[in-house]
Amino acid sequence: MSDYKMKDIEWAKINKDVLESLESPRKAFWIVLGVCAFLVSLGVAAEIYQYNQGLGVALMNRPHFWQLYISNFVFWIGMSHSGTLLSAILLLTKADWRKPIYRFAEAMTLFSILTAAIFPVIHLGRVWNMYWVLPYPNERTIWPNFRSPLLWDAAAITTYATSSALFLYIGMIPDLAICRDNAKGWRKKLYTALSMGWMGRATEWLAFRKTYVLMACFLVPLAVSVHSIVASDFAMSIMPDWHITSFPPYFVAGALYSGCAAIITLFVLLRYVFRFEAYMTTEIMDKTAKLTFAIAMVWNYLNLSEYASIWYSNDMFEKEVLLEKFFGPYCWVVWGMLLCATVAPFAMAFKKVRHSMWGMFWLSLVLQLGMWLERFQIVSPPLASNHEPWTWAVVWPGLVQLTITLASFGWFTMLFLIFCKVFPSVSMYEVKEMVFHRRKASSRTELEDLDKVKDEMVKLEEKLA
Amino acid sequence: MGLKRMLENWSDFRKQDYYEDEPYMWGMSIDLNKCIGCGACVTACYAENNLPTVGKEHYASGHSMHWMRIERYWEEPEGEADIDIKESEYPERGAHYIPMMCQQCNHAPCEPVCPVAATYHTPDGLNAQVYNRCIGSRYCGNNCPYKVRYFNFFDFNTEIPHPLEMQLNPDLSVRSKGVMEKCTFCVQRIRAAKDAAEDEGHRDHIEDGSFQTACQQSCPTEAIVFGNLRDEASAVKQSWEAHEVELNRFEQDKSEDIRGYRVLEELNVEPCVMYLDRVRDTEA
Repeated sequence: MSDYKMKDIEWAKINKDVLESLESPRKAFWIVLGVCAFLVSLGVAAEIYQYNQGLGVALMNRPHFWQLYISNFVFWIGMSHSGTLLSAILLLTKADWRKPIYRFAEAMTLFSILTAAIFPVIHLGRVWNMYWVLPYPNERTIWPNFRSPLLWDAAAITTYATSSALFLYIGMIPDLAICRDNAKGWRKKLYTALSMGWMGRATEWLAFRKTYVLMACFLVPLAVSVHSIVASDFAMSIMPDWHITSFPPYFVAGALYSGCAAIITLFVLLRYVFRFEAYMTTEIMDKTAKLTFAIAMVWNYLNLSEYASIWYSNDMFEKEVLLEKFFGPYCWVVWGMLLCATVAPFAMAFKKVRHSMWGMFWLSLVLQLGMWLERFQIVSPPLASNHEPWTWAVVWPGLVQLTITLASFGWFTMLFLIFCKVFPSVSMYEVKEMVFHRRKASSRTELEDLDKVKDEMVKLEEKLA
Repeated sequence: MGLKRMLENWSDFRKQDYYEDEPYMWGMSIDLNKCIGCGACVTACYAENNLPTVGKEHYASGHSMHWMRIERYWEEPEGEADIDIKESEYPERGAHYIPMMCQQCNHAPCEPVCPVAATYHTPDGLNAQVYNRCIGSRYCGNNCPYKVRYFNFFDFNTEIPHPLEMQLNPDLSVRSKGVMEKCTFCVQRIRAAKDAAEDEGHRDHIEDGSFQTACQQSCPTEAIVFGNLRDEASAVKQSWEAHEVELNRFEQDKSEDIRGYRVLEELNVEPCVMYLDRVRDTEA
């Protein structure tokens, strides 16, 4: 379906199609939701077991103090960068093809942060004292350690979660008003409260636009800083192969990469489950794939330059870890990562692949697997061959860690699906704008002086006020 | 510390050698020529510091809690004798033993990474661990180049069979699950000695040798020497000076026949434990 047909979509049909997604999804929706809920309950059981027994049941040990929990944390935080990229950066660069897909990307951002935030918590030895990380006033006037990257993490994640939730919500207000006008029962009450009396007046739109662009300007540097801080968890340490200056940009590029891959996955899924074929077109998939390819190349460059700088630094410890990565016990993780994240994206160079929905779906899963392996090979192999040869040990994550990892995927998907069922996952007003612009571009007759009309409306409203 | 005090003294905190005028700086010297790898120090440490014995399975899966450990290394074979030993039934004969415990680094990498400041530096040069404050993020364990931090992966101390809990040392706590711990240079003995010295009226001086750490006390060959590096007369200070090891350096420029070195000192962590290299006659 080409975008040239998109201009023929009636505005009422946009409302109808999107509102229908809140009502009657395909059967697959309920099946996936059920599976996810089951996975989450498994994860909760595993966590209860681990909480009662101690972290040893996760098969972490010395020197593997960190393992899958931390790599999952990095993975999910990385995933959350896609939404910011699609909404904020593409909004500021005025790429209008983002419009039908940015809403779910933003929701993805929020829910992957909520998933990521679980990991540093359950990974603590004494979970019940986790609030000690925050600088809250207390009678003993004890402060947390402001030099610790983990403290920066806590600050960055809470900031990022709050702002991306706000960004998602603010961008949704006009659509919530549409929902309000069409809903009944509890939904009516919910949307009435959330749409905050949105009437669609020109002044409202102006204020809304300003707020939205401002939020976008705030979110872009924030997203970059968040993943740089996650990178400093590693870069600030003195562990060989963690202590790498290029880690912050490398992590940010990796985050955008896996985030884009996740967007493609959900793109195809939503398109199928909620019958959004008319909005999520092949053209948009093509552009998303191109973007992903570009980011993949940036990530590859940084990855290879990391290897090169380690190799030429000739540092005894770092070189040892690098060699162990490629030829040691964790070698298949590294080679798997290179295969999935370095070689596989080249498939997107072909138009045929970019235009095949399910082809892109499977490819995006491969890319995500590659990026997940990447996070594992950042955390584990350096610990396995650290400064102290006597402690060298190879440990693979145990059943508890794997269960909780699976559960995190379930948790994320569950939240996401529930969101799509309750809130419009395609932005109705932005799609209308897009259709309008396409129409204008093809006919050039209707409403050419929109600005004039807008100015008149503003003046009229100011007079009334 | 209160915010007010922190802001008032901000520049002071950034000063190098903040604790320069302190009378104590605890240090150690271990002679590897004397070490026979018997493990008495390890056992003494278990008894003194309430370390849990974890059993065979947990030990194998890396959950052991020995603050002190004897590491064994084999050199690349140099002469006939070396090859013979390595291939013999008892290769331990050719092993190098290094007793390894927390090196009480002055630039400890574990300290800045702890989110709740549960590990910090005391004025007398110890790298202290506050069990009550620890939330178990285990970042310190990762960042320790010696990997001498031990995490309570399980609640080992609840499983002590009945009469054995009576042998626990009352001078220090029993740690629960989810807490990081490590060698403290037997801080309970240091504090007791300080108190005793204060009772006798000298606040700034503890007689060298008036107390020992548990590992030092039990070492049959007296390979371990412990004491105050700020005390010119102490055995450990003299040993450090004799072997030309200085505290605030990351590389010691010394002649070849001097044996003193500190493990991984090139990382600039300024460890407080000096080792004396083992000298071997590979031809014999």
